[in-house]
Amino acid sequence: MTAAVSVRSARKRYGERFVLDQFDLEIDPGEFVALLGKSGSGKTTLLRVLSGLEQLTEGQALVPSPCTVVFQEPRLIESKRVLENVGLGLPATPENLEAARRALVEVELESHVDAWPTTLSGGEAQRVSLARALLREPKLLLLDEPFAALDALTRLKMQALVARLCARHRPAVLLVTHDVDEAILLADRVLVLAEGRVALTRSIELPRPRSRGGAAVDELRQALLAALGVHE
Amino acid sequence: MNQQLLVPSRGRRLDANLPEPSLAEPSEPSLAEPPRLYAEPTSRSRALGLRILVPLLLLLAWAVGSASGAIADNVLASPAEVARTGQRLIASGVLWHHLSLSLGRAALGLLVGGGLGLVLGTLAGLSKLAENLLDPTVQMVRAVPFLALVPLFIVWFGIGETSKILLIAAAAAKPMYLNAFGGARSVDKKLVEMARVFGLSRFSQVTELFLPAALPSLMVGLRLATSMSLIALIAVEVINTSRGIGFLMLQAQEFFKTGILVVCIVLYALFGLGTDLMVRVLERVFIPWRTQGRS
Repeated sequence: MTAAVSVRSARKRYGERFVLDQFDLEIDPGEFVALLGKSGSGKTTLLRVLSGLEQLTEGQALVPSPCTVVFQEPRLIESKRVLENVGLGLPATPENLEAARRALVEVELESHVDAWPTTLSGGEAQRVSLARALLREPKLLLLDEPFAALDALTRLKMQALVARLCARHRPAVLLVTHDVDEAILLADRVLVLAEGRVALTRSIELPRPRSRGGAAVDELRQALLAALGVHE
Repeated sequence: MNQQLLVPSRGRRLDANLPEPSLAEPSEPSLAEPPRLYAEPTSRSRALGLRILVPLLLLLAWAVGSASGAIADNVLASPAEVARTGQRLIASGVLWHHLSLSLGRAALGLLVGGGLGLVLGTLAGLSKLAENLLDPTVQMVRAVPFLALVPLFIVWFGIGETSKILLIAAAAAKPMYLNAFGGARSVDKKLVEMARVFGLSRFSQVTELFLPAALPSLMVGLRLATSMSLIALIAVEVINTSRGIGFLMLQAQEFFKTGILVVCIVLYALFGLGTDLMVRVLERVFIPWRTQGRS
């Protein structure tokens, strides 16, 4: 099986500093990878490279198409209704509109099809942005701290929703996050990034749907936190 | 006895509170008022009464002043005289004769100048090449008050309609350019990145992202451009005309016909209100995501 994502000896330089330095990463089709790291560890840069917004200084990154992104902010277009935002960039054929409607049903927003984005709550807007990303049946889904701006309760619901939808659609997923528990809850594999390289890799073989506690989870959390330089 | 006292007093308190629910449901929550230091609860009808109080008092003072002879007729005609003059000007068709030409001049100037400002401003806002090419020149021209152009335009284009309309156009172009330029650049960079990730072409980015985002600014530009074109209209019509509201005013001034002067001033005020209303309607039609709530 060929990898969905393949990054080899990647280097990205900003001025004097290498933000990514000899970075390697492979993600299998359908695999959910979470990327942890302190601010400035190169997480965001990697995501921008994979989504085509930045070019590598050296090395190569192979990314499948379609590849879509859920950003930290919903990034909806204010002048388009919810349905048009979901179908953004696709021709407005009856099939595409129907698909957009189905995507909204999946994120439980079918009643907001005709709403303007400014009337949505933060959680609703983020679900629209998830529907937009899933509609294209991506082979690679990039999640850029998509839950960071949500309140605690909404975040729990969104994490469960993402877990469900990724299990159903099976894209390769790269989740960038600061939240160790979130990574353990969602990912098949967790990477800790430090100074532009992978400092730690852990596969997580806990059964799904996962609980948020237990001895195995505690052990994982401690290992990951230690790799991030936090000792409890 | 006690009960009888209590009931009406409660009833009164309820009455006093009754108008509040109507305040609690403003028609446009998105345009809610900012908080005030002194925000006494007032009913709508009371607020309306307060709003027209000062204009009414001024009108009354004017009428009393005129009737008592404190305000001479050749300084300011009485309200009744102004009303009669207005009626006479309308009935004789004189008003329409001048008004139609003035409105035509303002509209044509606005169309030419506003259109030019819109196109150039949007281009400069969208493309760095166009910005480098156009913006420095526009910024230099912008520093020139358009009234300074009057003599030059008369030398170039004569004293006829051409110079008048071009002067109005010059006045209207400036605010339209600036707001179109700012509007086209007001798009959130993060949205542009999103559009690139989702594979929108440059053309789709312009039509689906940049232009809609620029619309609120364009409306501000249109508002300013119309008011500038009215100011320019007044300026060009008191120079060398034989028809138009400005000419009517000039003539009335020579003969101390203050009634006609006031009628003309009221007319200019109505122009201003009219354009304001027009822009509001356009905003409702073209920017529904800002003016409508949940649909």
